[in-house]
Amino acid sequence: MTEALQRTPLYEMHLELGAKMVPFAGYEMPVQYPLGVLKEHQHTRASAGLFDVSHMGQVILRGESLEAVARAFEALVPVNVLGLGEGRQRYGFFTNEAGGIEDDLMFANRGDHLFVVVNAACKDADVARMKAALEPGVSVEVIEDRALIALQGPGAEAALAAFNPAVAEMRFMDVATVDLAGAECWVSRSGYTGEDGYEISVPSEAAEGLARALLELDAVEPIGLGARDSLRLEAGLCLYGHDIDAGTSPVEAGLTWAIQKVRRAGGDREGGFPGADRILGDLAEGVARKRVGLQPEGRAPMREGVPLFAEAEGGEAVGQITSGGFGPTVGGPVAMGYVPAALAAEGNILYGEQRGKRAPLKVVNLPFVPAGFKR
Amino acid sequence: MKYTEEHEWLRVEDDVVVVGITAHAAEQLGDVVFVELPEEGSEVAKDDEVVVIESVKAASDILAPLDGEIVEVNGPLVDEPGKVNEDPEGEAWFFKMKVEDLSALDELMDEAAYKDFIG
Repeated sequence: MTEALQRTPLYEMHLELGAKMVPFAGYEMPVQYPLGVLKEHQHTRASAGLFDVSHMGQVILRGESLEAVARAFEALVPVNVLGLGEGRQRYGFFTNEAGGIEDDLMFANRGDHLFVVVNAACKDADVARMKAALEPGVSVEVIEDRALIALQGPGAEAALAAFNPAVAEMRFMDVATVDLAGAECWVSRSGYTGEDGYEISVPSEAAEGLARALLELDAVEPIGLGARDSLRLEAGLCLYGHDIDAGTSPVEAGLTWAIQKVRRAGGDREGGFPGADRILGDLAEGVARKRVGLQPEGRAPMREGVPLFAEAEGGEAVGQITSGGFGPTVGGPVAMGYVPAALAAEGNILYGEQRGKRAPLKVVNLPFVPAGFKR
Repeated sequence: MKYTEEHEWLRVEDDVVVVGITAHAAEQLGDVVFVELPEEGSEVAKDDEVVVIESVKAASDILAPLDGEIVEVNGPLVDEPGKVNEDPEGEAWFFKMKVEDLSALDELMDEAAYKDFIG
């Protein structure tokens, strides 16, 4: 890696706050602040945490009409885009011809355009994919002059409403243009921690002012990538490149809830996305392996890459952990991984092997911590 | 106190060597959430992996700093691994070991040398 790491508009603020910075998806990002991962996690669940997610890609899609844009975008995702109402956001993913997931994303109907937020590590590929598939009928505009800040936790509503009471009226997955601290912000009531909260697209030059104003509130602490990971893991949410990737079908990943009926077999706009044959086939026939929640029965965390066995001794590995660690809210180790469908029933016991020893884990329903969304 | 390049501290107490990790190491590890201790009475050789520590970030091993016998372990750490962050150079010692030749400690770093080592 000789390419210089990029910095977000909040870089200087992170340093001043004492963050430990690490390279992440080509950016220098805060992994933790002096509070530490454990307390940052707990603070977010109890109050409100502020996350710099400016490394993520923000893209605007425009065309002759929103309907034309939505129709074109449906060729890339197995999701109902046309049916998404104005001022609403939805989760989705780009699929490939093999039915795997190229990236997961959020998209919003903002009246005259679609606003898409994609993962940092995939954004160049995502933009190329959208340009190839959508242009010239639909323009693909990468937004380079805005930061993205997430405010998450049960205290997020009161904190953000102090700047504009309109945000309190938003429901989970609503989007709106809202003036915050004098800046035109594109706000969604969403996030990736399992908590109520907001994601705020703010002009770069106003980002630090808004972040600092939020951090001045007693309820709000800055939270790094470390706690972001344990929060999303407890919430049972997939991390692209770990729990889902180009070789994982959304059906294996348990993301079928994001494939609305209208895009499935028998729906009005059945198929018509990359890998439709595989994905619709998986939906009809079931899959050989599934993503499940796994709770180690001992205290030792089991992390990504730990092989899973059906038996306490002998045999071949039947699956592996794709995300795992300590869940501060659970108060113990938590994990997710892929296992054969026949072993995926809740309560089934599997064995993870690390340091030459096997230890039991139980298949559990996700999430580990109930979501606090404001529906 | 003596220090190893593996960021352990060693303190001689009644002819046994008490071993823990330094405050610097504890800070680098981050919040410790799991500790696995060796069996009391086990014979260990220098550089054997004797303790497993898991923090919120990663797993790491503590190596036996010298040849000897583990004579006592700090059992309460298993239930309260966070003590490693709270008091790494005091209450959160990991094990006590009996070594044949205490003069082996002379080769380890003293506090000033360790401070130089960690920069």
